[in-house]
Amino acid sequence: MPPVAINFAYLIASALFIFGLKGLSHPRKAVRGNLLGAIGMLIAIVATMLDRAIIGYEVILAGLVVGSLIGWLLAVRIQMTGMPQMVALLNGFGGAASVLVAGAALIEVQTIGAAFDLQMTVATALSGLIGAVTFWGSLVAFAKLQEIMSGNAIVFPGQHLLSAVVALASVALCVLVVLQPESISYYWVLVVTSSVLGILATIGIGGADMPVVISLLNSYSGLAAAATGFVLSNNMLIIAGSLVGASGIILTQIMCKAMNRSLTNVLFGGLGAAPASREKGDDVYAGKVKSTSAEEIAMLLENARRVVIVPGYGLAVSQAQHTVRALAQLLEARGTEVVYGIHPVAGRMPGHMNVLLAEADVPYEALKEMDEVNPTFAQTDVAIVIGANDVVNPLARTDPNSPIAGMPILDVDKAHTVVVVKRSLSPGFAGIPNPLFAADNTLMFFSDGKKAVNDIIAAVKELG
Amino acid sequence: MEIFVAALTIFVLSIFIGFEVINKVPPTLHTPLMSGSNAISGITVVGAILSAGTQHTTLTTILGFLSVVFAMINVVGGFWVTHRMLAMFRRK
Repeated sequence: MPPVAINFAYLIASALFIFGLKGLSHPRKAVRGNLLGAIGMLIAIVATMLDRAIIGYEVILAGLVVGSLIGWLLAVRIQMTGMPQMVALLNGFGGAASVLVAGAALIEVQTIGAAFDLQMTVATALSGLIGAVTFWGSLVAFAKLQEIMSGNAIVFPGQHLLSAVVALASVALCVLVVLQPESISYYWVLVVTSSVLGILATIGIGGADMPVVISLLNSYSGLAAAATGFVLSNNMLIIAGSLVGASGIILTQIMCKAMNRSLTNVLFGGLGAAPASREKGDDVYAGKVKSTSAEEIAMLLENARRVVIVPGYGLAVSQAQHTVRALAQLLEARGTEVVYGIHPVAGRMPGHMNVLLAEADVPYEALKEMDEVNPTFAQTDVAIVIGANDVVNPLARTDPNSPIAGMPILDVDKAHTVVVVKRSLSPGFAGIPNPLFAADNTLMFFSDGKKAVNDIIAAVKELG
Repeated sequence: MEIFVAALTIFVLSIFIGFEVINKVPPTLHTPLMSGSNAISGITVVGAILSAGTQHTTLTTILGFLSVVFAMINVVGGFWVTHRMLAMFRRK
């Protein structure tokens, strides 16, 4: 296939990627959009295979089969609650592929004896840097989410200094790769220092900041692919990579805004590392917390016309999504309006709660965004908070010195009655007490999320 | 230099398109957006296939093979799991 034909195929594939992403603008068109993207990828792969420079297909086919098999196994076996880990891993593999392709390209130019041009060497250095940071950063994120390592922020004395030194070394090695591309070993040393940098950058980030980190790594995996596109002067890689890069940047911005924190603060703040040093909850809670039972909640729900369910990471941990859906159906059958209020950073990745509830067959019209649901709490009889804490903490509105000051929250405290399902009064990720739990209109139901909802269902049925 | 400017033009314009298109994705679909865009970043497979197929040296062939594997995990895993998720989003 002549290069012109291949480039035409790439143009079609690029257009299909854009149509595919456009399809994600509505749940109804999304399945078709995803298929269009997949067809685009198939066209790009087939066109590349027909390149005249290819002399043998055994290695390619072996790689295609092995990779497809692993990818397919991951995709069919992963549970919906494990989706953040899956996305973290995929980000990492994208980064790794870029590192290897750029390295191979460097060696090829040297073997042929062709001249290194500046675009190629600069892009190779960037592919190595971004790709290795993405790969190792994603592996750390995966390990934290899978609880192979502690989900808390790991901070140690001199960490920032060490990171700065490693970052400077990586930049210096980038310069060396550009100045002396024929010494290939500089590239691999760069990959090593960038790997250390990726690890250092992510171990200091705690669990609830994961939505930001995963979004950022998503963006990096795209930018690494785009950099590799500059290495190979391949427009297909540049277009697809920059689309993904832009997507990750937007998600990162949305997540930061939803926590009212800057990206710098998330990456270097080490929030969630030492909750012990913060204010204790005793003064806030003393004598004001009202504990309740499933029966009392059932009576409240019986008379409720509107109920808002607010899920958090605890819902994912206790796998309560199906049970919650069953309770909602029971209430709806009695004429109660039930909707779900979803905070943008609830869970461990953007959209995490929506996917879990969709798995439990909750229709997407019932999933309300924060801005949409907040004005309706005043007309809500019962708000049920399950496994969420910081995202419903009114201190964000009232205390300018709080670590979550100014963070947009779900105004559940404006509902007539708030039921909080929680194991104990322990603080959330921000490590601060939550005055909501001591509010006059709040009832605490101390229990595991799934068990609690099952008990409430039983009590509601008991009432007949 | 001309090639570089052309490539840079494509890069910048694609980022603009990305911003326009992605900004319209509702928060409900943010997780499938991430896994779907992961699949698209598996486009590195194009470069990987060329390394694995042109077979300049043994080392580049090995690197090519490994990168085809990594990129295909992204492509197949990404599109497949996205499909699984999107199929769950239903109307009443």
